[in-house]
Order: sequence, then C-alpha cells, then structure tokens
Amino acid sequence: MDRLRTAVREALLKGEVMGVVGMILEEGTPKPHFFVKERMDELEKLTVGNIRYPLTAILLRIVRSDPEIRLGIVARGCDERALVELIRNNQLSERQVRLFGVACTEEEASTCKCAEPYPSSILMGDKVEPVSDGELLTSFEKMTEEERLNFWMGHFRKCIKCYGCRNICPLCFCQNCTLDEEELSQRGTIPPEIPIFHLIRALHMAERCIDCGLCEEACPAGIPLRTLYKKMREVVRSYFDFIPGLTKEGKGPLQYLGDGKFGERESS
Amino acid sequence: MVDYRTVYTICPFCGTGCGLLLEVVNGRLAATLPCKTNAISEGKLCIKGWSAHEFVQSTERLKKPLIRKEGVLKEVSWEEAIEYIATRLKGIVQAYGPASFAALSSAKCTNEENYLLQKFARAVIGTNNVDHCARL
Repeated sequence: MDRLRTAVREALLKGEVMGVVGMILEEGTPKPHFFVKERMDELEKLTVGNIRYPLTAILLRIVRSDPEIRLGIVARGCDERALVELIRNNQLSERQVRLFGVACTEEEASTCKCAEPYPSSILMGDKVEPVSDGELLTSFEKMTEEERLNFWMGHFRKCIKCYGCRNICPLCFCQNCTLDEEELSQRGTIPPEIPIFHLIRALHMAERCIDCGLCEEACPAGIPLRTLYKKMREVVRSYFDFIPGLTKEGKGPLQYLGDGKFGERESS
Repeated sequence: MVDYRTVYTICPFCGTGCGLLLEVVNGRLAATLPCKTNAISEGKLCIKGWSAHEFVQSTERLKKPLIRKEGVLKEVSWEEAIEYIATRLKGIVQAYGPASFAALSSAKCTNEENYLLQKFARAVIGTNNVDHCARL
C-alpha cells in the first residue's frame, strides 16, 4: 500500500499527472475518487479491496470534460483491459493515462473467476494464478437449441429494464446510445421488447467486452450476462482471432468492417 | 482543473432505500452509480435510481408554488399558497365535514413527513382518510 501511495503522491507532486482515479475510504464506505495535488491529505484514505467500480468509465468522464488532461488510474487487470479497448476505440489517448497497477488477491480472483487478475505493471500485491471458469460455455453447448432458448428467455423475462448493465459497463462509451434516441424509443412508451435489448447489447459487446463482470454484479434480476458476453467473446475469438483487452496492437475486427474501405485504410 | 467527486446518498424515489453515489463534475450532477456497499441494494438499482441525478437540475422542475388563476397556473409566494390552502380546507371541512377530506402521502417523503401528514389528517382535520402511493 505504501508503495502505491508513494507512487501516486510523487506523480502528483511532479505534475506527471493532474489527478488520479482510485478508491477512497470515507466513513467506512469505499467510493471512487479523483485524487488531486490540491488535496494531498486525502491520499491517506486511498484504498484498494474487493469492491469494484467502473473506474475507467469515471476516468473517461473526467477526460471528456477536459480532453487535454493527463491523469492516472489505480488499476486492476480488468481496468487495464478496459483502458486498452478505450484507447483502441479512440476514446482516450495512451499518452494521457498513467497506470498504477494493483494485482488482485487470490480470493478476489476466485470471486470474479478472473482469467487475468493482474495488470501489466504491479505496484501493489502479487500475481496470483488466473482462475478458469471451467466448463461454463461447454456446458451450454451440450444443451439442445430449445433448452438454450428456454434458458435465456427465462432469464431475459426477469429483466426490469434498469439498463444498469449498459450504465455500469466500462466499454459502453457511446455518447449517444440508441436506447436514448427519441426516434427509436419514445418517451412514455414501452422500451424494446425482450429479448431485443439483450441481444442487441450482446452484439454491441462483441470485440469490446473485456469480461470484467460488472454488468452481472449490477443486474437486479440475476441474469447471467457475463456468460452471454463470454459467448460473444468466444465467437469473436474463433472468427477473428481477437480477444478484447489482450493486446494494445492492431485494430478490432469491427473497426475494419462496415464501410467497405478495408484495403484503402490499410494502405493509408 | 476538473473537480470530480462522489456523494453518497439514498435514492429519493421510493421507500426501499437503495444506496446511490452521485457523480459530481465541476459542481454539477453528472451521473449516478449504485453504491456497492449499501446493505439494502448491494450495488443494484432500478431505472429510477440510475436516473436519480436527472431531475435535480431539470429546467422543468417546479421550484415555486403555483395557483391556477382564471384557468392559468401562476407562480405565487409560499405565504399566499399556504393561506389559500388553509382557507379552502377550512371552508370545505366546515361545509361538508371531516370525512370530505383525504390525505395522500408519498414514499418519496421522509418518515417524519409521512408521520406529520397522518397526524394532520387525524388530529387537525379529524379523519382517518389517509393513504399513500405505495399501495399501488
């Protein structure tokens, strides 16, 4: 902890970053916070632990109100994967973000069933073994199509349309979401039918979902969203050999598709 | 320099009491996060909670009492509004009796406000006609 705190303090003092997104412990409640040089004493309350918030989404919110800002983030493995995709999708510039890496504990990795419970550089904690989600997807593939349909429709029917999955997602970065378009879902009318919202969202998550599981944690209806998006990840991996969040290099498969200018873009 | 902070509070929309973190950017409410450590909501919210920051700064929000005069709603002072309500209530109760009055309270109010409303209905007006929106 001291090493992390010292690194953050030094970066702020030297002006390498203008602020650092992390967690603060106030009145017994860990909350996301933006640590700045002007309130250096707050660093004493810097905390890490098993409570996760979408810190990269908060970082993006800050960048959007000051696009030139250079800032830091106390990041776990999942936060770094989110940053990689936000940068790939031109929402952030790599130069403006500095990572203060924290490795998750064995218990945290096991709770999240995390395949990469550590960032690329670590200031606090030790790398622990990745946790496998075992036979999760293969168990689905053993089901018949009808069983699968019943399983998913059974879950989707419970949806209370809070859209928490969209709101908490670190990769739902669109500033104009089609869900908020008056043309598509008018005020005072019933929002998109089940399962349209869920399946469209699953498609939007292709090449973006970094498998952090915040959506599933936020779902009041207990829909196994992470499993659904894991399947999307698997489809994208098998067709395009692309795993979101894994490497900084290259483009995502959907960044090539859509405008028919694949070759042109490559040569430019 | 961007000023970003979160403020822990309780959702104002119903009596459940879900925990919210309001995200404040440069002094303006920008978004809501579910409080993960709130024992009631455990990091989950309904759509009202997720949108709790929106009404606070809404330009459509009523900030002053309105009285309909000659068919048109007009802004009036609190004194005038309370005077009007008191006079009309007295008149109605005198003319038609306490049973002509009913109080409808709200889950959006505090416990204390709800207590006061039922006390007003029972002790001041003299009726048990008390109900609330959470009966839906």
